[in-house]
Amino acid sequence: MNTLLQQFGFDVLFKGTNMLRLLGGLGVALKISILSVSISIVLGILLGILMTLGNPLINAIARVYLEIVRFMPQMVLLFLVYFGATKAFGLNLSAQTASIAVFSFWGTAEMADLVRGSLNSISRLQYETAQALGLNRAQTYLYVLIPQMVRRLLPLSINLVTRMIKTTSLVMMIGIVEVLKVGQQIIEANRKASPNAAFGVFATVFFLYFIVCFPISMLSGYLEKRWENKG
Amino acid sequence: MNEILVTEHLHKEYEGMTVLEDINLTVKKGEVVVIVGPSGCGKSTFLRCLNGLETIQDGRVLLDNEVINPGRKNLTKVREKIGMVFQSYELFPHKTILQNVTLAPIKVQKRDKAEAQKEALALLARIGLEGKKDSYPRQLSGGQKQRVAIVRALMMHPEILLFDEVTAALDPEMVREVLEVILALAKEGRTMVIVTHEMAFARAVADRIIFLDGGQIIEEAAPDAFFTHPQTGRAKKFLESFSYEKK
Ligand SMILES: Nc1ncnc2c1ncn2[C@@H]1O[C@H](COP(=O)(O)OP(=O)(O)OP(=O)(O)O)[C@@H](O)[C@H]1O
Ligand SMILES: [Mg+2]
Repeated sequence: MNTLLQQFGFDVLFKGTNMLRLLGGLGVALKISILSVSISIVLGILLGILMTLGNPLINAIARVYLEIVRFMPQMVLLFLVYFGATKAFGLNLSAQTASIAVFSFWGTAEMADLVRGSLNSISRLQYETAQALGLNRAQTYLYVLIPQMVRRLLPLSINLVTRMIKTTSLVMMIGIVEVLKVGQQIIEANRKASPNAAFGVFATVFFLYFIVCFPISMLSGYLEKRWENKG
Repeated sequence: MNEILVTEHLHKEYEGMTVLEDINLTVKKGEVVVIVGPSGCGKSTFLRCLNGLETIQDGRVLLDNEVINPGRKNLTKVREKIGMVFQSYELFPHKTILQNVTLAPIKVQKRDKAEAQKEALALLARIGLEGKKDSYPRQLSGGQKQRVAIVRALMMHPEILLFDEVTAALDPEMVREVLEVILALAKEGRTMVIVTHEMAFARAVADRIIFLDGGQIIEEAAPDAFFTHPQTGRAKKFLESFSYEKK
């Protein structure tokens, strides 16, 4: 049994506090993800709705914003904000704050795009019917468009959320202790004693990400079915 | 007789292309006006101008002597008085039948929920659909959906109802159940403007026929007169297109 664990490099997990450290890394990654995902969802929905109101100024600004996010790799943004903003403007951003800012900047744009797409995919006649019934614009969005949008949005945004959680692994580049980084440290420290540590550690990291992302997509599948049955 | 709806020199363009030209129409209380005409002549556009879903470039539309003007604050108030039913029903898919028909009365007119539901159930019973109150629209047939859409419009107690080819998307066997509901409304003395391709129905329900072609009112006549003795060549040609007999 012990040799089997050793062969696949799982033994390092049971040395000292290694497993705890991995879980702690996951905690940091999760905290960054959860905060950025929450911020992105709220701001993204607001911006997405604003983008369907047909205000030319809002649309122009949003277009530029979306294009920036589309063409700027997240890593570049991360370095720009963490090292650039910190050094150039004397802002004292912690690595975590910088990561949350960058992931929210990115997530908000993608979310807004999904929201706009979902709203635009609802037949124009639904909007007009609500108007013809005397609903004002706020009521039309609140009672008619947004509930339909949420149903269309769900599978798309789950995809975005899981991508965001996975991308938090990027933050090890700016030195936040986080799952992958802890993993790498463990591998380095055990290079001599258990040369196969890489497999065990990364398999565990994969598993940790899996147990976070899998329930999310299960939940989305469940909600989709439920809403489908409701019409 | 008092006039409910009046259009004066209504002129509508889409990107410089004239779609409606100098439309003058008066609809009196209790009157049923049926608009017929070839596809693309502007029937739907005209109905949409009547409740401000479209901007107009010239002329005006009056409801109870009040100008309907897209963009004006009072537009939602005016729209409460105008019920509109679309060809594609447009029930709200995420709401039950009961929620569909009570949404606007409760949210717009701030009516008591229990009272609105009571009226809704009575109206649904009249069209034989009270058993569907907790169903979702996708569980209903096209004819049932369209009857629910009519009830939804009636729930606002509108002064006038606009119907835009409400049977055009239905299977033939469902057309009748919807037309009968509209005929019953006509008998009650409801004021209505109806666009339809069902000529027999038009003749049966109308007090007055408007023949629209190329964005203009070409003929305006009592139904029997229009269908037996159309005055213009265009109307004759239009009516002939509905008969399949060999010439
Ligand atoms: N949103 C729009 N933009 C530009 N042109 C339009 C628009 N809507 C309608 N039109 C044009 O206006 C004219 C009148 O259209 P409308 O839909 O009112 O005709 P209709 O009489 O209802 O036809 P149908 O019997 O096929 O429903 C048509 O030539 C159509 O192409
Ligand atoms: Mg039409």
